[in-house]
Amino acid sequence: MARHKKLETYAPWALLVASILLWQLACWAFDVSEFVFPSPLQILGSLIEFAVPIAEHAWRTFWTTMVGFAISIVVGVVLGFVIGSSRLAYAAMYPLMTAFNALPKAAFVPILVVWFGIGVGPAILTAFLISFFPIMVNIATGLATLEPELEDVLRVLGARRLDVLLKVGLPRSMPYFFASLKVAITLAFVGTTVSEMNASNEGIGYLLISAGSAMKMPLAFAGLVVIAAMAMAMYELFSWIERHTTAWAHRGQT
Amino acid sequence: MPEAFVDFNQVWLAYDDELLERNEFAVEDITISTGEGEFIAIVGPSGCGKSTFMKLATGLKMPSRGTVRIGGQPVTGPIKIVGMAFQAPTLLPWRTTIDNVLLPLEIVEPYRSQFKKRKDEYRERARRLLATVGLQGYEDKFPWQLSGGMQQRASICRALIHEPRMLLLDEPFGALDAFTREELWNVLRDLRAAQRFNVILVTHDLREAAYLADTVYVMSKRPGRIVTRRDIDLPRPRDLEITYTTQFTDLVHELRSRIGEIRKS
Repeated sequence: MARHKKLETYAPWALLVASILLWQLACWAFDVSEFVFPSPLQILGSLIEFAVPIAEHAWRTFWTTMVGFAISIVVGVVLGFVIGSSRLAYAAMYPLMTAFNALPKAAFVPILVVWFGIGVGPAILTAFLISFFPIMVNIATGLATLEPELEDVLRVLGARRLDVLLKVGLPRSMPYFFASLKVAITLAFVGTTVSEMNASNEGIGYLLISAGSAMKMPLAFAGLVVIAAMAMAMYELFSWIERHTTAWAHRGQT
Repeated sequence: MPEAFVDFNQVWLAYDDELLERNEFAVEDITISTGEGEFIAIVGPSGCGKSTFMKLATGLKMPSRGTVRIGGQPVTGPIKIVGMAFQAPTLLPWRTTIDNVLLPLEIVEPYRSQFKKRKDEYRERARRLLATVGLQGYEDKFPWQLSGGMQQRASICRALIHEPRMLLLDEPFGALDAFTREELWNVLRDLRAAQRFNVILVTHDLREAAYLADTVYVMSKRPGRIVTRRDIDLPRPRDLEITYTTQFTDLVHELRSRIGEIRKS
């Protein structure tokens, strides 16, 4: 069993290394031009050569995403709480929210640019718009699916609606909340990058566009690698927090 | 005659105004009167309005017609002198057993406002209560670390922690295996013998009703009416051996035939 567990831990790394090797070998074997498809070594070369500007752009994308994500958490939790705690609010707001979620968020960027100008404003807001929905839905679901018997037990004791929500509803929706954070953080990176590609002079999104237009393909790929690494790191962070705060919901998996 | 503890006087309930207009009631003309400390069981086919009866007895629902009085007081809203337990233990998975049992004290007055100050005292009380149902040593375990029977014991402790005058049980042992169920019958019997609270037990297990209750009421299928009231005159304290006597099996048989008549009609 222990060996099997270990194998599971290392499997993704092994697959990653194998794919990179295969990629590198294919580039060598078929002598692929770096303008078409750069090899991992060329990308690594770019990463080292442009380490400083890449780091600057990455930092910009990172904090922009975090600000947008923070707004997402606040708005998502508040809206989720409202929707999940009242049937009327649920009926009134849910269809509208679903319709809103169906809109492509990239389409907002030009409008946001008109309102806030080129730069950090549209990026933060795009990150927020794209990532609050899963948080809201998950909080609302956690609150709305209380066992009616448990609610009766508490109501007989004179519990107010707020007591039930705070003592039972919120803790109960925590696993849903953390699960949604993992999804939302990766979406937030998508939002920031899309916005930066359209309306910014800084950030990884801008780097991708400018590297692409200058035919610096290894640099563009380096940008992709960096953003993937940031998104993965944040995903792992939130899944670590999830495991350590709501262990009761993950029994049997550890 | 001393004042009744649970007093239903010609109680009718329709769940909403529309059903009321169409004269569709969930329960009809319920009249029940029990003495202080009495243990009553309500049996009937499924969907007969037993759970509706529970909601009326706790003040979660107001009758459409008639009056409900509990402990001499007319019921006008949720009454805090009751504790409830259901077929599902509904323990909170993020709380330990003892914290689950303490939950009512965080909500019901007068405990609520003193909870922080007297927490140690309350924890001690919860420990003692858990010990009486055989859960000592499990206080700090989480619900999912307990067996189904243990979870149900904890659930009953949660219903009793605020020392209610009445315990309402809605098919509390329905999901347990036969041996665990009989064990818990005795747990309930002993708890009640020690604390003398009133009990309303809703069940479809006739042996359970006959073994535990002082009085068994049989309800008809929907709309629920009380069709029979049967005093159980078996001596107390009762032991599981009694369930193998002819007196007991005749009693259960008699109740069974009543239910059979209802199901056919």
